[in-house]
Amino acid sequence: MFRSLLPIVIVLDVVSMPLVARAATAFELKSVKIDLPDSNRMFPDGPGSDAINNNCLACHSAGMVLNQPDLSKQAWAAEVNKMIDNYKAPIAPEDVGAIVEYLSKFKGAK
Amino acid sequence: MTGIFQEDEIVQTNILHHHLVTRRQLLGAAAVGGLALSKAAWAETMTELPLPGGPGARPITTDFPQKGPMILQRTRPPLLETPFDVFDKGVFTPTDQFYVRWHWALIPTDIDIGKFSLTVRGHVNQTLSLSLNDILHGLPSVQISAVNQCSGNSRGFFEPRVSGGQWANGAMGNALWTGFRLKDVLDKAGVKPGAVQVRFKGMEEPVVADAPHFMKSLDIDHARDGEVMVAYAMNGEQLPLVNGFPLRLVVPGWYATYWVKMLNDIEVLDQPDTNYWTKVAYTIPDTPHANITPGETGVKMVPINKMVPRSFVTNIPSGQKVKAAAPTTLRGIAFGGDCAVAAVDYSIDRGQSWRQAQLGADQGKYGFRQWQTQFTLPSPGNYTVLTRCTNVDGVAQPATPNWNPAGFMRNVVESVDVTAV
Repeated sequence: MFRSLLPIVIVLDVVSMPLVARAATAFELKSVKIDLPDSNRMFPDGPGSDAINNNCLACHSAGMVLNQPDLSKQAWAAEVNKMIDNYKAPIAPEDVGAIVEYLSKFKGAK
Repeated sequence: MTGIFQEDEIVQTNILHHHLVTRRQLLGAAAVGGLALSKAAWAETMTELPLPGGPGARPITTDFPQKGPMILQRTRPPLLETPFDVFDKGVFTPTDQFYVRWHWALIPTDIDIGKFSLTVRGHVNQTLSLSLNDILHGLPSVQISAVNQCSGNSRGFFEPRVSGGQWANGAMGNALWTGFRLKDVLDKAGVKPGAVQVRFKGMEEPVVADAPHFMKSLDIDHARDGEVMVAYAMNGEQLPLVNGFPLRLVVPGWYATYWVKMLNDIEVLDQPDTNYWTKVAYTIPDTPHANITPGETGVKMVPINKMVPRSFVTNIPSGQKVKAAAPTTLRGIAFGGDCAVAAVDYSIDRGQSWRQAQLGADQGKYGFRQWQTQFTLPSPGNYTVLTRCTNVDGVAQPATPNWNPAGFMRNVVESVDVTAV
């Protein structure tokens, strides 16, 4: 495998310079239209699951939260406040406590 | 982990169709508890990332257009990790398995190359509006091989754990980028005296209207260094949409946060950029290795910038059995960070002694470099194989991991556990 790389050294020696001008033939691009998949995953039922489902899933799918490590309640509160203060998440003030409680219960550091 | 956190369910949706979706629709749909969902397509297989304390289970998804099998970290906005065995294939990461990372959920999915334009404006003599035709036919074409690595690559290995995308080591890739020099369009627009930075903005938009649009800035001298470029191709093909089609900034040697995707706006500034994504987000402690003690406060923070060296074994997964007293091939990749790889060393005695591996072809100082060696484990037992890259500036991977609250810039010496039998 490694030995087979040797001929490539010679061929590609030219690109070992940081930037190399290429031939004059222009690159062609084609328009793209795709559909991105979405997730319908909801947070597991429990006290506060309505609050977290209603407030958090507009901006990101649930997997982002559920893949997080277990964090302290203080860390979860900081996370929710970061979403509100920095990323302008429109979370109703009365829901903040319920969301933090939910996260501490399901994803809290033991 | 309890069993209630199952794999992310992937479905095709009608609502995230190209530009038609509005913030109001998205917010409204989420508020009533479900997006307009149609066909369900469950992820076929799962993988387990060895993150300390877990959770490590992730689906392998093939549901993203123009992409092959990827580790699903987040569906919306997409965070897709490259399965690590892909890195054993060579120094160029296959485009369809190159990792994906977006900040905001409103990503245009219908790009007409006849309508797209790139604006160069701000502190310049003349504003430019360049069509793709202008770019492809009017600007000199350049190529560079360069590693694109997320600032938070390997964040999932931080201990204590930190919040953020819980990547293993696959939020990186190396491609041969083709495009044009940023300097060339800045010169065309004519940068006025007094310019200090250049700010880059792409087409993704936040769901919440007053949230900060994703923008990043580079100092004017860096922007004009002749190496920073705008790519319209990677590995000889146009970029997949989720990798930034049609144009992506390429900042060789710097973390990927600067490599703005779907780039359509370049603004020359006569004042330092104070936007959230440059000044607040993506900052690191101004300390060696961006390292602090957990809980430490009052540390000066600076924008993340140049990458640091890393190396990985790619042909032997941790936990593999190998023959004792017989030669075994050890192979991997390395990169120097902001400069070329000088050496890759390995150790089978927990770092007491190191031996040099042979380096493969040099395909550009900012790219991956393959390395290989033969090693022999003298007798049956458990061993740890360590790998360490040193770059041409003499910077080597540290023996102990760094820590910072954002989980940035991990580059500790890597290890693979093997059992000789």
